[in-house]
Amino acid sequence: MRTKKKYVLHFPPKLIDKPIISDAVKKYNFEFNILKAYITPEEEGTLVVELSGDDKNLAETEKELKEKGVTVQTIESDIKMIKERCTDCGVCIPLCPTGALEKKEDFSVEFTPERCIACGLCIKACPTKAMVSTI
Amino acid sequence: MGKTIAEINERIKKGKAVVVTAEELIDLKKNSESKKLADEIDVVTTGTFGPMCSSGVFLNFGHSKPKIKFGGGKVYLNGVPAYAGLAAVDVYLGASALLENDPRNNKYPGEFRYGGGHVIEDLLAGKEIELEVTTYGTDCYPRKYIKTRLKLDDLNEAILFNPRNCYQNYNVAVNLSDRTIYTYMGILKPRLGNANYSSAGQLSPLLKDPYLKTIGCGTRIFLGGGIGYVAWWGTQYNPSVKRKENGTPVEGACTLALIGDLKQMKQEFLKGASLTGYGVSLIVGIGIPIPVVDEEILNFAAITDEEIYAPIVDYSNDYPNATGKILGEVNYAQLKSGKIEVMGKKVPTGSLSSYKKAREIAKTLKEWIEKGQFLLTEPVSYFPGPESGYKFKPMRQEEI
Repeated sequence: MRTKKKYVLHFPPKLIDKPIISDAVKKYNFEFNILKAYITPEEEGTLVVELSGDDKNLAETEKELKEKGVTVQTIESDIKMIKERCTDCGVCIPLCPTGALEKKEDFSVEFTPERCIACGLCIKACPTKAMVSTI
Repeated sequence: MGKTIAEINERIKKGKAVVVTAEELIDLKKNSESKKLADEIDVVTTGTFGPMCSSGVFLNFGHSKPKIKFGGGKVYLNGVPAYAGLAAVDVYLGASALLENDPRNNKYPGEFRYGGGHVIEDLLAGKEIELEVTTYGTDCYPRKYIKTRLKLDDLNEAILFNPRNCYQNYNVAVNLSDRTIYTYMGILKPRLGNANYSSAGQLSPLLKDPYLKTIGCGTRIFLGGGIGYVAWWGTQYNPSVKRKENGTPVEGACTLALIGDLKQMKQEFLKGASLTGYGVSLIVGIGIPIPVVDEEILNFAAITDEEIYAPIVDYSNDYPNATGKILGEVNYAQLKSGKIEVMGKKVPTGSLSSYKKAREIAKTLKEWIEKGQFLLTEPVSYFPGPESGYKFKPMRQEEI
């Protein structure tokens, strides 16, 4: 069965010059769409990526990446809204690049995890720490 | 025909008062004459819920055995310093106070995870707070050090006293520079990436009685989920600014100093805030009842978002350098639509205050009045108006 999943991958400094994703693509035959990629000054790499392919192959890919030392996190478990802490102010909304945070007609703030690319701007912006990263 | 506050209170006591929120009034006014509405309606309720840094709490701890004199020493609550230049066991904890060892902006932008506002929220949540005092001994107060745990219930008085709350209108903050900036108006993305505003507009208390004709010293209000009072006009009070014909100022104008017993407030309406790159604050929920004493007041209370304008200010240069320049004016209906136009560019908007909570506060206050639990007050004295010439002055600088 084919599935589509978003991941946040963290690469330790020793792995950033290795063609890990391209090796995995050849071996497990999935499609990938890079949503965001950056390397910190400490030379840790972060890749936000959407993978689609056979679900068994995706599971194998996850396993292999972890074995190689990559931290693998699916996006749904990456950024969360703690509703009780949210005051529905909406200061996060214009910062969200994908519209995952929206103001509804009743002025409440709604978070749609499927649209989130885990950029983390809302975490910095939230005055009451309602947006949290589970990493 | 006008009404007196005493007459309105009689109707509240009998459970006959007609109370509407400012939003409900706006709807009613679409189909009714204001004269008729002014006769029918007794009270209009308002609300606001946003970070207000000039807030804090006076606390009295009672005496330890042997006695200790905080005054002249150093006092920490959960590591946050409190002002102790008062009598033996009184302190004032300010909302913006930071942990002594907080890295501040040394690692820019600082996170400011915990401070005075959070201690106030923790007290309200019933949590145990760590008190640590280091001071000098005297003949009557020999003890020099104490470290102990206590809760809000253990204190004698906990008096919320906020020298500046409830701003009558406020700036819309934008960033014209090429880098992201971190301000008390939130994170502002470069090159007009977003525009942040803070007033609740048509629900905001002082925009519904723009000349403070019914609000003054002693006015009873909703404060932090409990009952509070207007203590005085607030710091930086500035009634003489430019106003629209409907009386609403086109920039920050009047402010209020508020007071109330923290012990009867609720965590839901008083929250610590962390503003990345800026500091900590306290989010305060306030609701003020406007007695409909005549048609003029009714018309003020019915002013809509479309009729209230805020100035757009560049926080990368004009705000920090106090140039006084504004980039334009925008009304609250435009701000609440999610997009405004600044210098020909469509800019997404964000709000620092919660309109949803402001609405909840106005509704709660309405219920209190309808149930006869909350009576209105005649101010003990009124505050200076635009005719007084009272102004907010910049600092005198003869730097040495």
